[in-house]
Amino acid sequence: MKSESYKYVLLILVVAILPFVFKGSYMMNVLVFVGINTMLAVSLNLLLGYAGQISLGHAGFFGLGAYISGILTTTYGINSWLTIVISAVVVGSIAFVIGFPVLKLKGHYLAMATLGLGIIMYILFNEAVSYTGGPSGLSGIPNLSVNGFLFDNDIKNYYLIWGITLLIILLALNLVHSRIGRALRSIHDSEVAARVMGVNARLLKVQIFALSASISAIAGSLYAHTMSFIAPASFGFNFSIELVTMVIIGGLASIYGSLLGAALLTLLPEVLRAFQDYDIIVYGLLLILMTMFMPGGLIKGIPAFISSVRRRFHKGVAGNA
Amino acid sequence: MGLSEQIAQYLVTGISTGAIYALIGIGFAIIYNSTEIINFAQGEFVMLGGMLTLFFLNAMKLPLPLAIILAVPSATLIGILFERLAIRPLRKPSPLELVIITIGGSILIRGIAMLVWDKDTHSLPPFSGSEPLEIAGATIMPQHIWIICLTFLSILLNKLFFQYSITGKAMRACAANRRAAGLVGIDVKRMVLFSFIISSALGSLAGIIVAPLTMTSYDVGIMLGLKGFCAAIIGGMSGGLSTVLGGILLGTLESLGAGLISSGYKDAIAFIILLLILFVRPQGLFRKAETERV
Repeated sequence: MKSESYKYVLLILVVAILPFVFKGSYMMNVLVFVGINTMLAVSLNLLLGYAGQISLGHAGFFGLGAYISGILTTTYGINSWLTIVISAVVVGSIAFVIGFPVLKLKGHYLAMATLGLGIIMYILFNEAVSYTGGPSGLSGIPNLSVNGFLFDNDIKNYYLIWGITLLIILLALNLVHSRIGRALRSIHDSEVAARVMGVNARLLKVQIFALSASISAIAGSLYAHTMSFIAPASFGFNFSIELVTMVIIGGLASIYGSLLGAALLTLLPEVLRAFQDYDIIVYGLLLILMTMFMPGGLIKGIPAFISSVRRRFHKGVAGNA
Repeated sequence: MGLSEQIAQYLVTGISTGAIYALIGIGFAIIYNSTEIINFAQGEFVMLGGMLTLFFLNAMKLPLPLAIILAVPSATLIGILFERLAIRPLRKPSPLELVIITIGGSILIRGIAMLVWDKDTHSLPPFSGSEPLEIAGATIMPQHIWIICLTFLSILLNKLFFQYSITGKAMRACAANRRAAGLVGIDVKRMVLFSFIISSALGSLAGIIVAPLTMTSYDVGIMLGLKGFCAAIIGGMSGGLSTVLGGILLGTLESLGAGLISSGYKDAIAFIILLLILFVRPQGLFRKAETERV
């Protein structure tokens, strides 16, 4: 347990120091996105990595959160912080209700049902023009503020987003190390065995689905308030896939893995910008190659790679001697 | 135009788009049954069919029939490459890894298509003119008839292949029980390759025949692929008639919904139907429920 606390403290330090390295550069903006994507990847990992239930529609919950905040603040003038709470509660409740029929499904049926949900939400964002502004988006969403202190630039947003991201990581770490975390993993390994041992698998799956959707909605609200502008294009099928990729590339059932995956996939397009249109090809190749050669994700793959290099090196030294 | 003519019109459109969904769905089912893989790249072969035909037609200046005849094997070749390079090297992949690999493959194929060609939307000329025919008050484009006939022809050929040819029978054996099929001397890996060949051929054919009606571009594969998958789910993942019925049901409901309710929500209608069927009858509309063994 102690090494867990060290890791978390180390993470806080890194988060605190990074702005001094990248101060004033475009990277600060990218790092804000890394924070938002980390929240999303962590929330999805609770469902996918721990409970073993895939969702290909999480971008929908993210979007729903963003639109609830966007519409409530711009059209109805409700306090921004309050709208974050409202979207977390509303989206969590929606996910709880639809979770019962959805999570009865397994494997690719579950994948398809969640995908369908995501697409239905995406179509809703596009078509309910009088509320959402349709494909051209919704603008003028206010920045968050505390007592007149406005979070209106990259540095301020960075600390705001990462503060909340760190809280969510802490929550997730505590959750997966608790009794609930163990119950979730037992569902992952064998749902039948878990139920025999007295885990209410059905309810627990739905609860974790609702929690995951709720965190995604919070991330969505924060996204809306930091960007001030939202459009359906950010919440489509591709983004759902990207989220699943973050979780898998980072490492299933590893909270820090999700952080790594989110960071890699958010930074990658920035690096690949040099390749312009080739980035989509690199992205697809990376997905295939990572799954083939690093099935445990980066979090397991990197240490394994280092130790294998080290072993080979030692062998080489021994062979020479 | 009265309501009944309108409905007749929607039905005609619905049946022909449904036939397309059925073709794509059967592709999904064939791969699924022999490998338990949901090939998320299936839609890309639909795109490749349309785009390759266009390429042979415009860039190579070939006549349309020849372009079509060349496009199907070219798309199939890409299907073979995909199976060889991305699917076969995997050892004991989990279902989730397969979902990710095929999604990766789909992104890759789409990306290459975008680079090789462009991001524009193109139209393919109809196979036999665009002089509409009047049948029972509905206006039918000759292309609709092409779609329906070619779909049923290829489904029939498919059925005959699986029913009577030795390879088809071997593939069915793999679908029933891979291990047992391997034990009686069937080369399971080869059958997996065959399933990719057949489904990419069917997918590309679907892409070709639909392109004159709906236009084509590098990214048409996503939606068409998903709808095809819906058809296969409604049909209970069968490689035959149930999926055809599933596709036609989906196509007609979608077209009626788009016409009578709202065209903006057309795609949503398809997915709501999908969700309802998954909730109520996850084994497909036409199949008896199976009890799960653990």
